Amino acid sequence: MESKKEMVVSAIENGTVIDHIPTESVYQVIRILGLERYKDEVLIGNHLTSGKLGRKGIVKIKNKHFSVEEVSKIALVAPFASIIDIEDYKVVKKFKAEIPDHVENFVRCANPKCITNAEAVPTKFDIVDKENLKLRCHYCEKFTTKETMKFAE
Amino acid sequence: MSTLKGRNLISITDFSKEEYIEVLDIAEGFEKNPKQKILSDKVVATLFFEPSTRTRLSFESAANQLGARIIGFSDPGGTSVQKGESLHDTIVMVSSYSDLIVMRNPKEGSSRYASEVASVPVINAGDGANQHPTQCMLDLYSIRKTQGTLENLQIACVGDLKYGRTVHSLVQAMCNFNATFHLVSPQELKLPSSVKMSIKNAGLKYYQYTDLRDIIPTADIIYMTRVQRERFPDPMEYERVKDSCILSADMLAGCKPNMRVLHPLPRVNEITTDVDRTPYAYYFQQAQNGVYVRQALMAAILGAK
Repeated sequence: MESKKEMVVSAIENGTVIDHIPTESVYQVIRILGLERYKDEVLIGNHLTSGKLGRKGIVKIKNKHFSVEEVSKIALVAPFASIIDIEDYKVVKKFKAEIPDHVENFVRCANPKCITNAEAVPTKFDIVDKENLKLRCHYCEKFTTKETMKFAE
Repeated sequence: MSTLKGRNLISITDFSKEEYIEVLDIAEGFEKNPKQKILSDKVVATLFFEPSTRTRLSFESAANQLGARIIGFSDPGGTSVQKGESLHDTIVMVSSYSDLIVMRNPKEGSSRYASEVASVPVINAGDGANQHPTQCMLDLYSIRKTQGTLENLQIACVGDLKYGRTVHSLVQAMCNFNATFHLVSPQELKLPSSVKMSIKNAGLKYYQYTDLRDIIPTADIIYMTRVQRERFPDPMEYERVKDSCILSADMLAGCKPNMRVLHPLPRVNEITTDVDRTPYAYYFQQAQNGVYVRQALMAAILGAK
């Protein structure tokens, strides 16, 4: 976490901090977690100096706690992110985002001929290679990779 | 009664090795006695969202010979699909009119989706370039019938191994039976690495060739496919390789006596017609076997076998 002395993004009393997000993935993280529609305070910092990443992004979400399953989706775009639960300005839990075995709904299939791109069918993928990020579509059986991955709006 | 009752057949990996064998055994019974009216109280819907000759006719012939009634369409023109009805709504509706849905649709993954919204079993009759499992079942039937076994065979696949879904499914299925694969194709149309990986993962071997003559003495089965001109961005390239995957009767001297030539059809020029008159040609019987295999699948899935 940022040092308290020079905190660029204000501390929150209660909620979740997502730290160590690659700078290019900050807005994807926000979209994946549906924070565009969140009605409480969301603080976003990007291109902050980081010992680990050089530059990083951070998102602080007031009064919101995520389940591990809920937040693990962000590992697809932010594999080194830390998720920190805050209560009364204190860290009560800290864990790493981990790439899940399956993802549903939010990744789009890269195959233009897939039924999920033709009709309102929620997508489903098995993640067959976590290291190189290779997803196999449950419907058309084709692969979507890091390079071809797009997210549902 | 079969364990396949109520099941869907969408992808070749949906069935186990034992289940393939079960279907082939049931199909053998239908070959001996094809007219068994065991589905006379059933309605089979055949929904063909794109044209097909062999697949649709053989499904409808199979259903007819079992006494089932058939509803459906062979072209979505003139149906509510043309008015913009979704696949979801079409399938929900047809489920309530039938006991089994057989579907071909150009969208990949459409059959899997249909099986999730249908209240009756779905058989995939081809979903774009993805899967065509009943073709694979009839290929297995033809191989077993001509070789007496599916185990330990030398399988040569020839032609467009990159885009040919029948080859991909056949290779995946034959990985269950300790096959050795001989892959003949132009450089541009080699088997995709994901399918080669299935061979490796099964602990089996494959060999790659560019000249069909090299595999004639070894093969138990030569599975021919069409090399399509439109797959080549450069027409010169097509002209250069087009003859490397054409089989003619004179090339068959020196083949094993049990060797048979298979082809999913339609053929264009990749098997010259003089091969038809040799004892090695099996592609027309192969197409006929499609009826028995589809009878077996429908009977098993509908609980009549």
